[in-house]
Amino acid sequence: MSIKNSHRSKIIYTFLAWTISSLIFFPILWTLITSFKTEAEAISASPSLFMFDWTLENYEEVLARSPYFNHFWNSIVISLGSSILGLLIAIPAAWSMAFVQTKRTKHLLMWMLSTKMLPPVGVLIPIYLLFRDFGLLDTKVGLVIVMTLINLPIMVWMLYTYFREIPSEVLEASRMDGANIAEEIWYVLLPIALPGIASTLLLTVILAWNEAFWTLILTAADAAPLTAFIASYSSPEGLFYAKLSAASMMAIVPILILGWFSQKQLVRGLSFGAVK
Amino acid sequence: MKNKLMMLACGVMTMSAAAAAKETITIATVNNGDMITMKELSNDFTRQNPDIALKWVTLEENILRQRVTTDVATGGGQYDVMTIGTYEVPIWGKQGWLTELDNLGASYDVDDLLPAIRSGLTVDEKLFAAPFYGESSMVMYRTDLIAKAGLEMPKKPSWGFIRQAAKAMTDKEAGVYGICLRGKAGWGENMALITAMSNSFGARWFDENWQPQFDTQEWHDTLQYYVDVMAESGPPGASANGFNENLALFQTGKCGMWIDATVAGAFVTNEKDSAVADKVGFALAPDKGLGKRGNWLWAWTLAIPASSEKSAAAQKFISWATSKDYSALVAKNKGWAKVPPGTRASLYNNPEYMKAAPFAQITIDSIQSADPVNPTVKPVPYVGVQFVAIPEFQGIGTAVGQQFAAALTGTMTVKEALKASQRLVDRTMRKAGYPK
Repeated sequence: MSIKNSHRSKIIYTFLAWTISSLIFFPILWTLITSFKTEAEAISASPSLFMFDWTLENYEEVLARSPYFNHFWNSIVISLGSSILGLLIAIPAAWSMAFVQTKRTKHLLMWMLSTKMLPPVGVLIPIYLLFRDFGLLDTKVGLVIVMTLINLPIMVWMLYTYFREIPSEVLEASRMDGANIAEEIWYVLLPIALPGIASTLLLTVILAWNEAFWTLILTAADAAPLTAFIASYSSPEGLFYAKLSAASMMAIVPILILGWFSQKQLVRGLSFGAVK
Repeated sequence: MKNKLMMLACGVMTMSAAAAAKETITIATVNNGDMITMKELSNDFTRQNPDIALKWVTLEENILRQRVTTDVATGGGQYDVMTIGTYEVPIWGKQGWLTELDNLGASYDVDDLLPAIRSGLTVDEKLFAAPFYGESSMVMYRTDLIAKAGLEMPKKPSWGFIRQAAKAMTDKEAGVYGICLRGKAGWGENMALITAMSNSFGARWFDENWQPQFDTQEWHDTLQYYVDVMAESGPPGASANGFNENLALFQTGKCGMWIDATVAGAFVTNEKDSAVADKVGFALAPDKGLGKRGNWLWAWTLAIPASSEKSAAAQKFISWATSKDYSALVAKNKGWAKVPPGTRASLYNNPEYMKAAPFAQITIDSIQSADPVNPTVKPVPYVGVQFVAIPEFQGIGTAVGQQFAAALTGTMTVKEALKASQRLVDRTMRKAGYPK
């Protein structure tokens, strides 16, 4: 009886999982299909899922009209650069918070996280003026700095959670063997926390890749990443849905592939420390 | 061998020097067909001006507005040429954020610019932006459906006729709705239409002392008409519809009439995208017999921020992009129908253009009938037909638009929406110190 019940609930859960996944994935599938339609078919009152004249003209036009590979390269540099720079700052910060706690550590962590609650537009003018005065407008360096600052609270928080799971005795043992702080972090902490660090890195790369406020405001022509590339195909006066879909697919495919190959790592990282 | 190397080095140095001497200007534009054409044809400009290189930033209108506003207000200097609308030009010109266009060249013929458009771009007798394309609004209607309804569209219809025709053309079972109007909340969305409509109903945003006027009978009549006609003959979910949504509905045969930007004329008659391309007629925006029609006036213009250090090169570019020669260049490469409309009188004296663009006469008549300096029946202290050219308008326009969208969906009555609008506009204007 219980085997039968368990089999039935497995079928129900599988069905539910597929239904929810399909609902979540449907907009992406629809965008993909629209990217192969003509503009007239894209706005058709009775849209077809597969039965239409498939065309690559939107991709051809998007590639001809915009410097896609420049935007792509900018996205790579900004997302990877900010994630790596962020890790370099977040690892020692999380180490001190996890292993050398003071009575204010928790407050400090909460304060760091609370900066994420401020709407970005609230600090738009000061950041813009700073960028103007330091000559950082429309530069990749400027965006790497901003993305690092934006994602740093999440990185510190995530790494702190991982580090808390590591027994402090292991680090103490290395200290007994004569390791200094840098050696302790490099030779002992990092190898143990590598899965957590990898998932933090992946998550921040995705967050930086998709960030569409600062990347649009602080760039013009030279440092504009793929978010600006997509924005250039949206128009309130004129129907460019098929081209917009093609541009969107070209922007999200790299990060979709990265997410697909690293999904186990990501899920493991995100659920780490959630259940004790 | 040594000589060859020397020559090669000299060649490389000369090329590098030439590249270094080139001045690069950054142009921010919106993503619409006319701007894309300008970008495509810009090789003509760089060929004429080999010492100037162009960098393009193309963005969606609202993102562009946010970006260039931040840049111009902080003196960021990211852009040398900005695409801005007729709403921004008088405000930014007054603030000293724009460079006067006083060196457009001898052959530019500034007097050829349409007076209605030019007056909106001039502050204290100084021209601060050059129009790239101009538009008004008009009635686009299905000739087959109106004939089937046994009616004939007048060239100058009244709001009463529009309501009657909308009702007659509606066939909800067949999914055909007599009228499609903007319903999406926003100062440039539903408020563009309703403010222009209100002018013809005798309403105004403010009286001469900057007192809000939403508690007047004229505003009540305007909003009541809008809500009623949409309830009778509008498509479902109209409060989510902006220009693009209505364009899609019209092009797929779901609308009997659509009152919107004249620029749409080229879209709905384009056989490639529109299923009703050969069944479209045009008429002037409706009126109520009070001397003002319900059409708006807008232009996308090119301007130079005061923070640009390359204003001479930027001015050369603007002169090229808004000249008569540019119109001829577009005509040669893309056909007369694709020439940016609504900026120069000479274009409307060109028989080739008038033949190629069936909506040309209505466009010019609509533009010329709009007066941004005297937009309403009663006198007003502001400039602007479908907007009020004050910095606060983006905020209050969108807030009022939300009340009107609520009236359209039925979550508020017309009276409640107007009362709430009066209260919120009054509060903002008092805080800003306007009422005298």
